[in-house]
Amino acid sequence: MSNPLEDMEKPDVYFCIGTNMTECHPVAATRIKRGLANGGRLIVADPRKIQLAEIADLYLPLKVGTDVALLLAMAHVIDRDGLVNEEFVAERTEGIQELRQHLKEFTPSWASAICQVPAEDIEKAAHWYGEAEKAAIYYTLGITEHICGVDNVQSLSNLALLTGHIGKEGTGINPMRGQNNIQGAGDVGALPNNYPGFQPVDDPKNQAKFEAAWGTPVSLERGITKVTALDQCGDRIRAMIIGGENTVVTDPDRDHCEHALKSLDHLVVIDLFMTETAVLADVVLPASSWGETDGVCTNTERRVQRLRAAVPPPGDAKPDWWIISELGKRLGFSGFDYESAKDVFNELCSLSPIYAGLDWDRIDQGEYQWPVPNKEHTGTPILHIDEFPSGKGKLKIVNLRDPAEVISESYPVWLTTGRRLESYHSRTQTGRSFGIDYLLPQETLEIHPDDVEKWGLTDGKLCRMTSARGSVEIVVEANKRSPRGTVFCSFSFNETPVNILTGSGYDPITQTAELKVCPVRLEIIEER
Amino acid sequence: MIDKTKNTYELTLDGEVVAFSHGESLFEISERHKKEVPTLCYDKRLDAFGGCRMCMVEVEGFRNPVASCTTKASPGMVVHTHTAKLEKDRKTLLELVVSENRQVETPELSGFASQELTQLANRYDAITGRFAGAKSGTSRTEDLNPFILRDYDQCISCYRCVRVCAEREGDYAINVMNRGFATQITTEFNSDLRESECTFCGQCVQTCPTGALADKKALRDRKTVGDIKKTRTICTYCGVGCSVDIMSKEDKIVGIQPAMDGPANLGALCVKGQFAYDFVQHDDRLTTPLVRKNGKLEPVSWTEAIDVAAKGFEKVSRDHGNEAIYAIASGRAPHEASYALQKLMRAGWGLNQIDNCSRA
Repeated sequence: MSNPLEDMEKPDVYFCIGTNMTECHPVAATRIKRGLANGGRLIVADPRKIQLAEIADLYLPLKVGTDVALLLAMAHVIDRDGLVNEEFVAERTEGIQELRQHLKEFTPSWASAICQVPAEDIEKAAHWYGEAEKAAIYYTLGITEHICGVDNVQSLSNLALLTGHIGKEGTGINPMRGQNNIQGAGDVGALPNNYPGFQPVDDPKNQAKFEAAWGTPVSLERGITKVTALDQCGDRIRAMIIGGENTVVTDPDRDHCEHALKSLDHLVVIDLFMTETAVLADVVLPASSWGETDGVCTNTERRVQRLRAAVPPPGDAKPDWWIISELGKRLGFSGFDYESAKDVFNELCSLSPIYAGLDWDRIDQGEYQWPVPNKEHTGTPILHIDEFPSGKGKLKIVNLRDPAEVISESYPVWLTTGRRLESYHSRTQTGRSFGIDYLLPQETLEIHPDDVEKWGLTDGKLCRMTSARGSVEIVVEANKRSPRGTVFCSFSFNETPVNILTGSGYDPITQTAELKVCPVRLEIIEER
Repeated sequence: MIDKTKNTYELTLDGEVVAFSHGESLFEISERHKKEVPTLCYDKRLDAFGGCRMCMVEVEGFRNPVASCTTKASPGMVVHTHTAKLEKDRKTLLELVVSENRQVETPELSGFASQELTQLANRYDAITGRFAGAKSGTSRTEDLNPFILRDYDQCISCYRCVRVCAEREGDYAINVMNRGFATQITTEFNSDLRESECTFCGQCVQTCPTGALADKKALRDRKTVGDIKKTRTICTYCGVGCSVDIMSKEDKIVGIQPAMDGPANLGALCVKGQFAYDFVQHDDRLTTPLVRKNGKLEPVSWTEAIDVAAKGFEKVSRDHGNEAIYAIASGRAPHEASYALQKLMRAGWGLNQIDNCSRA
C-alpha cells in the first residue's frame, strides 16, 4: 500500500476494484465503513454484488476480465472533462502527450459495450474520483490474477497519476496483501529477481555487495519464477524445497501441479501438517507454528512487526530458520551458524536498505513502516510524497486484451474464484479450528437463480463444473450475488478442488495466474 | 467562547489546575490524570454514551452532577471527581446494577473487558443485596453458535455491544429491544446470531463489561489448570497484521484477545483472527521428521532427516547441476524462514532459483 491503514478513514472518495474486502481483509474494511459514516463516498467495481457493493454509493458491475476497458474510459473522461491535475502531471509524471492521444478513442460508450457498465456510471465514477480532494484506490487479487494483471495495475496507476491522488494523506494506490507475511517474503528476497530489499540480482553492484557479505560467489542471472519451475519439473528442475506452501491445492491447474511435483527426483517439504503437497515429498520436516515461533512479519502497509512464541512446539517441531540452517550446515555452506531468529533478522537488516534503520529491538512495538533508511529515520507511512522510486511517475499506454480463454459453446459460463470470510486458503488452519465448520461447512457454487434454471440445476444439489482442464462436483447455491453468466466459488476446500479447473493463462510479465477468469460448463448430475 | 485556534486551555480538576485541548471530555481529562473515575458504558473507541451514570462528576456552578464522558471541558471549569456524595451515589447505582444479575463474578476468559463490573462492585462494596428482586434480560442459551455466549441474565444494558457492532464494525447486527426491565439485546427478528448480519468478529464479546456476551470457545478451558498468560503477537491470517494477545495456560493456547493498542487494528479482529487459533495445537500437527522409505514416509531423527534431505540435493546437483534445484518460500512463515531459504539458494547453490507463493 502506498498509504497507511489509518488513511482508510480519510478519503472523500474510495475506489475499490477487485477487492472483496469485507471477507478477505475484514478489519481493513471496518475502516472504510467508518470513513463512509464520516461522509466519504464509495465506488465499487466488481463482477459480484459483494457486501462492499451493497454499501457503495456507486456500484459498477463489470464483466469479469474487462477492468482495462472500464479504467481506460475513466481516464478518457478525466482527460476530456478537464479533471487532470495539470500541475502534478507536469512536475511529477512523464508520457502525458502519448497517453492523451491514446485515450481519445476509449469513450464510455465504447467501454460500456465491453464491460457492461452503463456509460453514465463510468462518467460519474470518473468525475467523483477526479473531482475529489482526496481519493484513494484499493485493490486486491481481482486486479492482479489475470493475464492482464500488470495492465490492470498500470491502468489504476494512470488514474492516480492523472489526478495527483498519490503521495498525500488519504490517497494512493493501495493493494491489500492477502497473507500475513506475503509482503515480507518479497521484502527478504524470496524472489527470482531481487535480493533482500528489492535489490536487483542482475546489478553487478548488488552482486559485489552480497559476495562480500556472504563470502561466496553469487549469480548475476535472474532465476525462473515458480510457475516456470513447475512447468520444468522432471526436466530441467529435479529437486525442490518447499517451505510452508500447499502448492497442490492453492495453485492453478492442480493435475499439472501434482504431476510436476511427482516427477521430481527429490522433494523436501517443511510444513505444520501432512498437506496434500507434503504427502508427495521424500522428506517432510516439521516446523513450529504461529504462536510457537519468535520472528518478524510485514503487513500490507509495510509495517514491520514482531511475532512472539506463547507456547512450545509439539514434539520435535523446529523453527523454519533452524531447519534451513541445519540443512545449510550439512551441505557444507557457510553463514548458517545462527542461534536465534534475532540473529537472522539483524543480518537481514544489515543488508537491506529499506530495513537499514531497523533491528530486532527497534521493531518491538511495531511503529515502523519501511523504508527506514537509517537509525534516525522514523519510517515512511506514505510513499511517493516528493518523488517516485524511478524519479518521474510513468503514464503507461495500456490496451484491452481478452482473457486467455473466453466463453464458447463448450464452456459458456465464466467462473471466477476467491475467498470466503470464514475459511483461509487451503483450510490447513481454519479447517482444523473448532467451530468454523458451524459457519461454513462446505464449498458451494454461487449461481444466479435464472442460470440455475437455464442449466437445469437444482439449488442445494450437486452439479458438475467442467473446464478445458478438468471437472469437479460442487453444490449449487442459487443467489443473486453473481450476475447471470458468471459463477463463483472459493478454492479452499480440498473436497471441492476448484483449481483442477483453473490455470488457463499467466500474466506475461509477473507470471501471475489468471485465477479470476475460467470458462466452464455446468451440468446436472443424474441421481445415482 | 472557545478559541479553536488555540490548542490548550486550563481547568481545575480536584483542586489542581490542568491543561486540556479543544474537544476533550471531562472523563478523558480525568483519565489522563489517573483519577480512576468509574464507568461501565465507556469504551474509548466508541462515541461517549452517558448511559451508566457512574462517571458523574460535580462541576461548580452546575446544579446537578454531570456524566463526565458526555461533558466537554470548558476553560475555567472547577471539577470534583470523588466527593463523598458522588461516591455514595455511585455505590447506590452499582447496588442497583448488580441486583439484576445472577452473579457478579465472571471468568477472566469471558473477554477483554469482562472483569469491569466485578472490579467496580468490589471497589464500592456494592454486593449488598439491597435491591434484590426484579431481573432483566433473558439468556439465549439455545443459540448453538460455537463462539459467542449470549448470557443476557448478566446484561446491564450499557449498549457497548450494540455500539461497537455499529460504530466500529459497521455491521449493525444487534440492537436493543424493549425498555426498562424488559430491555433485551437482540438481532433482527430475534434470531440466532448465525441467521443475522453477525460476522462473529467477537468485538461485542471483548467490550462487554460483565461477561453477558462471552467467548464461548475460550470458556471451554475455564477449568484448565494454570494462570492465564498473555503473549503479544500478530495475527496469522491476512495481510492487515492485527495485533493480538494469545492467552495460554501453561503450554496450552486457550484463546485470543485483540490488542486494543494494536497499530493496524486498534482492537478490531475478524472471525478468523478471533476464533481460528486451535489449529496450532491440533492432533494432526507433524511432530517428527519423516523420510520416505520403501514408498512410505517413516519417522526419523533430525540428524537422519537432514542427512537424507541434503544427500538428495547433492545427488541432483552432481547429476544435473545446481540449476536443477528450486526453492519455494511461504507468505505465511516469518521473515527469518524466507531469508534463510533465499540465502541457502543464493549463497549455498549460487543461484537465484527461488520464489514465493504470491503469484497464485
